[in-house]
Amino acid sequence: MTLPLFFFYLFAAILVASAVMVISARNPVHAVLFLILAFFNASGLFMLAGAEFLALLLIVVYVGAVAVLFLFVVMMLDVDFTSLRSGFLQYAPVGVVVGVILLLELLLLAGSFVVSPEAASGSGLPIEVGTDNMRAIGLVLYTRYIFLFQGAAAVLLVAMIGAIVLTLRHKTNVKRQNPIDQVARRPSETLEVVKVKSGQGL
Amino acid sequence: MGLGIELGHYLTVAAILFTLGVFGIFINRKNIIVILMSVELILLAVNLNMVAFSAVLNDLQGQIFALLILTVAAAEAAIGLAILVIYYRNRGSIAVEDVNQLKG
Repeated sequence: MTLPLFFFYLFAAILVASAVMVISARNPVHAVLFLILAFFNASGLFMLAGAEFLALLLIVVYVGAVAVLFLFVVMMLDVDFTSLRSGFLQYAPVGVVVGVILLLELLLLAGSFVVSPEAASGSGLPIEVGTDNMRAIGLVLYTRYIFLFQGAAAVLLVAMIGAIVLTLRHKTNVKRQNPIDQVARRPSETLEVVKVKSGQGL
Repeated sequence: MGLGIELGHYLTVAAILFTLGVFGIFINRKNIIVILMSVELILLAVNLNMVAFSAVLNDLQGQIFALLILTVAAAEAAIGLAILVIYYRNRGSIAVEDVNQLKG
């Protein structure tokens, strides 16, 4: 067994084991932590396949942002998680049936998959030997795939605005500025010039 | 890909991961946080397939596509959790079965 194959099996075994723990952990905080472990091992698999940029991106985006977001939400919500697990056994049989059928079909497909030589030779964007992965992706991402790149940016922008708008909450007992009122104010509404005769009050 | 690692290895791991994600949705029917995490596992399996085919076919397009899937997955997680937070704020629970307010 070669060293890369050994590492492939190591990463794959830990990935599958931690995925099992994600869906079966009693404590959702543990589930999130196992999700992080799964992402780290998937990153290792990406690295073995030669996708170094994606491997590091997976750690930065998933572990650094998504998993921590999950962790925040799980810890922020004060939910009784044990009551949410009550239907565990009720739904398990149908889940097992669907899962086994799906897995058998996918494994049949994976085992019998053969890449034809024409498909391998006629790739649209060949990976050149000697160019590092990050440079190769950068060279096409900002030229050939610029619209997809900007579309992804738009998706992230909409997601960010959506998340902010959804969770923004105005408290009623807090005094706030009203910029529209401030801007719409005219001097005539607030100032009054009065001529006061000397020696007399108003 | 070489070095003893075949395409079938990657496809098998991705298939198992995908199935675990689907199974997780089934057995955690009430806990929407774990359902969201299962969806992340499914997307990870898809990305694994993309990268494996990219390596086998010697084509960078698969990695570009995986990058875009990663973006959409991050956006989906952010929106999903935001909806979860306002739902919890309104109802005080996150049970999926309670989400029937729009039922006619």
